[in-house]
Amino acid sequence: MSDKSTAALAHQFDDPEQQLEASTLGMWAFLATEILFFGGMFAAYAVYRLAYPQAFAAASNHLDILLGTVNTAVLIASSLTMVLAVYSAQFAGRRAQVTFLLATLLLGTIFLSIKGVEYAHKFHEHLVPGAGFRFDGADPRHAAIFFSLYFAMTGLHALHMVIGAGLLIALTVMSWRGRFSAVYYTPVEMVALYWHFVDVIWIFLFPLLYLIGRH
Amino acid sequence: MATAAALRKTYFLVFGALLLLTLLTAGIAYVDLGPLSFAVALAIAMTKAALVMIFFMHLNHSEFLVKVFAGAGVLWLLHMLTFTLADYLSR
Repeated sequence: MSDKSTAALAHQFDDPEQQLEASTLGMWAFLATEILFFGGMFAAYAVYRLAYPQAFAAASNHLDILLGTVNTAVLIASSLTMVLAVYSAQFAGRRAQVTFLLATLLLGTIFLSIKGVEYAHKFHEHLVPGAGFRFDGADPRHAAIFFSLYFAMTGLHALHMVIGAGLLIALTVMSWRGRFSAVYYTPVEMVALYWHFVDVIWIFLFPLLYLIGRH
Repeated sequence: MATAAALRKTYFLVFGALLLLTLLTAGIAYVDLGPLSFAVALAIAMTKAALVMIFFMHLNHSEFLVKVFAGAGVLWLLHMLTFTLADYLSR
């Protein structure tokens, strides 16, 4: 084992493999709390959608399905580049790691930019709940609940992506400095777990927010 | 442990499957399936989530305890949703 890889091994662990397993377990424990954090919002969504199905369908029709679908594809592509960054840390060199990390960062930025365009449209169309809210459907009061949930859920999701982007920048710097190898790539795998989790949240947000009452 | 080349191939196959399922769920939203619409959308989303968790998040290569932790997160979520809806739907 080289000096660089032993330096990355904290003294309480027997070997790098055990260290990676411990970090992975801790990361999944954190992700379980995140599932429940988002879960409260999904529960609120379920309760209100069951109570006001027509208002939710009418409000959902005001979301841009094309932008939503493109953004879903962008996020899935970013998950692919993220997992390829982990793969590169395990099997390839620094150049491939940095390339895939930057590709993931770029795709994440594209996702957030498209989200920003969508938010701007909603502001423009007076669909942001509050004093300026205007909705010409049958049930504006309950359509406003849909848009409150839309902004809360996609906003919290976007915040997670911004944090993920910060983590990716830190990883890219570490990778550039040659910190990762097949023996030690724990930070890459941990950020990847977080990034994929954020992808999974969006996989549920997309049909629940964009795809109801379309026919 | 799979070989590097096989691992890489799996990632691209999963990516393709996720893209196809995304197009499927967006397309099928325009078909009137009645009350089944929601069930179909949810089933596709759960399939996509499972693909990401098993292959991209490496649950297929994880040790047993990690799988238990991942399962616990999902189980607790189902508890929250089930008991919340059991209340609201039975009022």
